[in-house]
Amino acid sequence: MSCCAPGAEMALDLDSGTSVLPSSQEIKLASRSLGDGLSQTDLSVPTVHCAACIQSIETALRKLDRVESARVNLSTKRVSVQWRGDDVPPLVAALGRLGYQAHLFAPEVDEKDKTLSELIRAVAVAGFAAGNIMLLSVSVWSGAEGPTRDLFHWVSALIAIPALAFAGGIFFRSAWNALRHGRMNMDVPIAVGVSLAYAMSLYETINHGDHAYFDASVSLLFFLLIGRTLDHVMRERARTAVKGLSQLAARGAMVVRGDGARDYLPIGEIEPGMQLLIAAGERIPVDGKIIRGSSDLDCSLVSGESTPRNAAPGEPVQAGVLNLTGPLTVQATAAAKDSFLAEMVRLMEAAEGGRAHYRRIADRVSALYAPVVHLTAFATFLGWMAATGDWHRAMTIAIAVLIITCPCALGLAVPIVQVVAARRLFENGIMVKDGSAMERLATIDTAAFDKTGTLTLGQPRLINASSIDPAMLAIAADMAAHSRHPYSRAIAGFAGPAGRPKLESVSEHPGFGIEASAAGSTWRLGRRGWAGWKARTGGEGRHGHGGTVLTKDGIIVATFDFEDALRADARAAIRELRDAGVAVEMLSGDTAGACGKVAEMLDIDSFVPALLPSGKVEHIETLAKAEHKVLMVGDGLNDTPALSAAHVSIAPATAADIGRSAADFVFLRESLLAVPLAVDVSRKAGSLIRQNIAIAIVYNAVAVPIAILGHVTPLIAAIAMSASSLLVIGNALRLQGFVANAPAQDARRDRRAGVDQLAQSS
Amino acid sequence: MTTLVYLIPVALFLGALGLAGFLWALRSGQYEDLDGAAERILIDRDDKPDL
Repeated sequence: MSCCAPGAEMALDLDSGTSVLPSSQEIKLASRSLGDGLSQTDLSVPTVHCAACIQSIETALRKLDRVESARVNLSTKRVSVQWRGDDVPPLVAALGRLGYQAHLFAPEVDEKDKTLSELIRAVAVAGFAAGNIMLLSVSVWSGAEGPTRDLFHWVSALIAIPALAFAGGIFFRSAWNALRHGRMNMDVPIAVGVSLAYAMSLYETINHGDHAYFDASVSLLFFLLIGRTLDHVMRERARTAVKGLSQLAARGAMVVRGDGARDYLPIGEIEPGMQLLIAAGERIPVDGKIIRGSSDLDCSLVSGESTPRNAAPGEPVQAGVLNLTGPLTVQATAAAKDSFLAEMVRLMEAAEGGRAHYRRIADRVSALYAPVVHLTAFATFLGWMAATGDWHRAMTIAIAVLIITCPCALGLAVPIVQVVAARRLFENGIMVKDGSAMERLATIDTAAFDKTGTLTLGQPRLINASSIDPAMLAIAADMAAHSRHPYSRAIAGFAGPAGRPKLESVSEHPGFGIEASAAGSTWRLGRRGWAGWKARTGGEGRHGHGGTVLTKDGIIVATFDFEDALRADARAAIRELRDAGVAVEMLSGDTAGACGKVAEMLDIDSFVPALLPSGKVEHIETLAKAEHKVLMVGDGLNDTPALSAAHVSIAPATAADIGRSAADFVFLRESLLAVPLAVDVSRKAGSLIRQNIAIAIVYNAVAVPIAILGHVTPLIAAIAMSASSLLVIGNALRLQGFVANAPAQDARRDRRAGVDQLAQSS
Repeated sequence: MTTLVYLIPVALFLGALGLAGFLWALRSGQYEDLDGAAERILIDRDDKPDL
């Protein structure tokens, strides 16, 4: 029934091999109780994408015992299941049988839904009011007179009240907030213009006047709300997509009590001194010390080291490390709030600087714009007072100036461009969390990359496959399929055709390798010193102690060399960035040797190896002091403080949870070309925003003199406002056709070159 | 003029009805999963009522 499950999702064509399925205890911790013994669990199912998927998932889940209901949400790629009882039904297993991988996601904050539905309600109310008032206004413009006109004005005034109170409230609150803090934003001139226009029109209506601007004030709100809502929807979509990524941090751990009893406790309740059972494939939840068991640890997310580390009793482990091969018993040495992860969060909060000081383009423009407009209107009032002494006329004309300059186009100019740009990026698997991120990305001149997991995939790749006897390689691949060690996974990809001796009694020796017997001989795949127990001289040979070999009865028959695989298109991405005038640096926690090799392959001139998390932050702050605008691209826990210290930051979808939430952009696909694409689109969006602001200013330069001379009627105001809005929207839409697919071919050629070079360098 | 006295309220009432309908649809969660709604129409339901 998995007609379309694998790789169907547009944005998520990632290798999910490294993700760990949530255990039922974890799911229980993540579910919320609805009362009456009913609980609800929300799971993210990224590969669901059609009606058949919906049906098969819902039917299969509803058939499970104690499941009350299951509903798939296709837009967010989630399924929410309600179930009874204490134990979680086997939801993930049931989905797995259908071919869908499910995982938990970061707990939801309900606030966002409120904002969105408030915005949509406001748009609906403003749209209703604008439509009806415009209808009445058209009849006034077409010549309704006397009592009919007054009636129309009164009805318009009544309809405008809910629109102003409800839809306008959003602007009034924001403007008041800005003014109270002594700042100026786009909402201040909007709020002033709209409320003055309404007050003046009401006065006109009471005094049987000709001109009322109810239509202008309400349709202004309507246009601006559309822009604002689109902006919000786009950002929300990106946030949902990022939240739907599988959570990497553990939610809890199995605690072994003194009397041997086992409890699954949430992370917050784990205290120093407790003993935790960490199964193979789980992440270590808090800092601790190994007391029993041996295994291999994947520290790439924590320290940036790419080679898995051996773990033996007595060694300390940090929270966030992935346990690969064997079960471990770990004694917690710190509570979660004092663990490595929490330390990173503290560093991150301390580092927050670059973006806090950034002021949005729209706010900077309106800081100049609003005073100019308000002074112009005031001067017009004084001028007409001096010239005619008719305060009513002077007031009417001054308010007409305010209305015609009300930043309708300006308020739309920025969000519309950003919505179009965010959409383009979304289609390419890049999520933008925030409009200001694009403005900041457009200004960067330096890009700092993390190595492991960012420039490389953090997964080893077998590089000497061609020089290994295919028969041996096939046996090794069969054995490797039994292990989740990254080296094994790399070898397992080379499984050959059937017809080799059948393996019997395969067993994994954590920290050493895999042993199997086949056709009377003993085969071992693993560390040289352990597998090749007869080849004593080879123990510390060319490949060092950690070299991986395949042995038959203790004799080495094949050796395997690994290299951390480069992320797809890394070279092309670096080159494109450089062509775009961005200096590229590499900051890594790995050794100088490992960094040097990657830097050479990618043509990166400057790199800093063996950096601690705080070292990365310091480096970025030094660059910032030298007036550089730094983009940080990184994935590990150790990069997180640097991500928030940088002017703007990008993280891959495989990044640690807090890294993903700290970064401004998250790209979901494997290719690193996402980075230059994001820079490119942001820069183009930046220039379109400037163009749009220029258009808005030109429009004002034409319209304001007409208004000052007193020739603006409500009809002219309505036409001018709509025309300028359409103009900026049309200009923003040009972004859609901008970037052609030219770099794609280039990249493919480049990838081949990269592979060749990798082979040579071994 | 007399026609306007009842035509305008009628027009406004109909408009308000549409607005109320939209707000109701929004509140009852019909806009939560637009993609899903588009696909669900292709699913054949059994005769027995759904949960």
